[in-house]
Amino acid sequence: MSRKRDNYETSRWKKFRSWVDGETDPLEHGMEAHVAVPRKEGMFDSPDHEKAVREELARLYGDSDKTAILRARGIRYFQRFYKIMSVVLCLGIILVLLWTVASLPVTGVASNPDNNEVAARYIERGLQETGAVNIVTGMILDYRAFDTFGESCVLFIGSCCVLVLLRLDGNSKNENIRKMIAESNDRHFEPKNDIILQKCACVLVPIIMIFGIYIVLNGHLSPGGGFSGGAVLGSGLILYLNAFGYEKMGKMFTEKLYRRTTLCALTFYCLAKSYSFFTGANHLESGIPLGTPGAILSSGLILPLNICVGLVVACTMYAFYTLFRKGGM
Amino acid sequence: MSFVQNFPFFSIILAMFSGIVSSVLSGKKARNLSLIMIGVTTVLSAVTLAFCLGTGESYTYMMGHFPAPWGNEIRAGVLEGVTAVLFGVVMFLSVAGGMTHTAEDVDENKLNLFYIMIDLMLSSLLALVYTNDLFTAYVFVEINTIAGCGLIMIRQKGRSMTAAIRYMIMSQLGSGLFLIGLSILYDVTGHLLMSPAKESVELLTASGNYRLPMLVIMAVISVGLAIKSGLYPFHYWIPDTYGYATPTGSAVLSGLVSKGYIFLLIKVFYRVIGYENLVSAQMINVLYLFGVVGMVMGSVHAIQETDTRRMIAYSSVAQIGYIYMGIGLGTTAGMVAAVFHIFSHSATKALLFISAVGLYEVSGDRKDFVSLRGAAYRNPLAGIGFAVGALSMVGFPMLAGFISKLLFATSALESSHKMLPTLFVLAVSTTLNAIYFLRLVITLYSRRREGDAPIPENTVTRSTRGLKFAIICFIGLNLVLGMASQSIVQAITDGLAMFD
Repeated sequence: MSRKRDNYETSRWKKFRSWVDGETDPLEHGMEAHVAVPRKEGMFDSPDHEKAVREELARLYGDSDKTAILRARGIRYFQRFYKIMSVVLCLGIILVLLWTVASLPVTGVASNPDNNEVAARYIERGLQETGAVNIVTGMILDYRAFDTFGESCVLFIGSCCVLVLLRLDGNSKNENIRKMIAESNDRHFEPKNDIILQKCACVLVPIIMIFGIYIVLNGHLSPGGGFSGGAVLGSGLILYLNAFGYEKMGKMFTEKLYRRTTLCALTFYCLAKSYSFFTGANHLESGIPLGTPGAILSSGLILPLNICVGLVVACTMYAFYTLFRKGGM
Repeated sequence: MSFVQNFPFFSIILAMFSGIVSSVLSGKKARNLSLIMIGVTTVLSAVTLAFCLGTGESYTYMMGHFPAPWGNEIRAGVLEGVTAVLFGVVMFLSVAGGMTHTAEDVDENKLNLFYIMIDLMLSSLLALVYTNDLFTAYVFVEINTIAGCGLIMIRQKGRSMTAAIRYMIMSQLGSGLFLIGLSILYDVTGHLLMSPAKESVELLTASGNYRLPMLVIMAVISVGLAIKSGLYPFHYWIPDTYGYATPTGSAVLSGLVSKGYIFLLIKVFYRVIGYENLVSAQMINVLYLFGVVGMVMGSVHAIQETDTRRMIAYSSVAQIGYIYMGIGLGTTAGMVAAVFHIFSHSATKALLFISAVGLYEVSGDRKDFVSLRGAAYRNPLAGIGFAVGALSMVGFPMLAGFISKLLFATSALESSHKMLPTLFVLAVSTTLNAIYFLRLVITLYSRRREGDAPIPENTVTRSTRGLKFAIICFIGLNLVLGMASQSIVQAITDGLAMFD
């Protein structure tokens, strides 16, 4: 009997049973090795680091010195192999893509496939149908407005993700977060009243802001539009913040204002475009006058939509800057 | 034009609008808004589906005042309707089931951001389902990627940051490849809208021009979307992502996000490139091979896992392999089986993730096998839910997984070259599925032993109503997919016929 029990203890069935019960772990010896050796600056691939890895592996696996060396060498060979293979793979993909590009139609030839009825109508009837002198604006905000709405939602969700990552909440009960806020508070280090920067900003900020507003408002008449004008506006805000600090900026632009502006701009965009899509799809008259082409108040919904996009872009740029700098506005 | 035809557009815009509004709401209100919105969009999709079934044909919907190919367009048919309804139901149940855990895992002030992600995720999924324009598809792929990334990293605990970074890198690689494919396609056809692009592609194939670019387009788009949906050799991000996100996040990412990309891929295959061209370019054989390898390797990895959540994640790799295997069979029956498996897997995998949460919470939030021993007695409903999900994965009759395996097997009989390997791999993979899923079910239903680590004292003993409701509904959904499969398969066949 005792012999039978001995057999049972070492039998495959027993091993299988203990595996089913979750007591043994097939991963225990093998697979991924997590070597948690901190890599210091300049220690990369140095003999020091290698030795530290070897010691860590020896501790992990209880290996003798010799097997540990072999294991470390194996990992090193694997890493080298991995690097070489990734370079080879990238070169291969680059080669195939370049070869493809070589066999694509040559740019600027009149008989190219992309010079078809689509582009022809945009150029010939774009002004008449959208009322925008700038054909590109007409295309992105009227012909293909649904895509552009998607793009502004990309910006919106991008800023939400940055908020998730970086926003530190002042009222939080969490000790760690409070500590992080205290650490990230760089207001003490702000150069107070840097006279050169402030004087330059006094001159530059108004010009930048006016130029940004000009680009946004003239988006349907001249090159530019919401995206580019918004970026200019955002950079003006960032310059003002750097010159005069958070305290003065806080009087003008708070997180509340940021949220409300983004909300209003996107809501207006959403509702206006929904109306336009709905009337268009149901073959109803939208009743929005296109105005005289070339006048500032023309081209129907394009001007207000450009303003919305510009506001969203400016707010997003400014929010990114402040979040990256101190995790809040 | 009937008013019902506006509903796909309404559902997309509604989802986006509630995402925007949620940015100023408190977490709880954002959650309620999200739940209401998902319910409403699901009803809208169901009405659209009924309309398409009634008329028996698909229709296109002009987004704006300009007809195609100048303006944007969306398209609704039977297959789009069925998919949208299923995605809506799974999304609703995942959010409802995981909401208490979401509130625990996510910082209180960031809770509304979580529901913004959910809203925009749903809008992008609906847009991917309904789109008739390749560039619109790309824009919403972007939204989907960023929202997915947000859903993972909002947990800000443990390894979720690593998981989010991995997901982001792999997903961006996929998006980049997809975009390269679109650019080349636009260069050789001059169209972004699906129907005119397909006409140009047919002309190009007939004339034999631009053969290399066409081949590269097929390869790059397939690989890009395969990376994003987690086909076997590109699956490296899956276990971390599904293992460390919030429960709702895991259920949504595994049940819906990867399926949305596969649906888009099928749409591109049928409506742009043309399935015959894929067959003649041997592209489907490549997908078939990767799918078959994934079916086995995903299960092998799952057997090696001790963390049950990562185990379920690896099982997804195997199931994605099934879907690509079906696409690669090269027959209509194979494609129908693949689409049905998209449905059955999204219902089953979401059920597994949600009911696993019910088991973890009564075991002190631990996810290894030993701690979970006897958990099904402590939380009977979650235990039943998990057992049903596991049996469906293995292919137990009356459940969804059985039908998809049956469909795969019968469709394999039609193709002479791939019959034997398909049947063999199906058998092997089913056995491996049974090994790891039944092992966990046995563990769940065995009594705790002496010497097992005690359960922490502050552990909850009962699940919330939301979780119970979600588990019961998911079990029902699985039974419906398993028992009413005839009409669903018929709808898929009709829908695929409308794609041409």
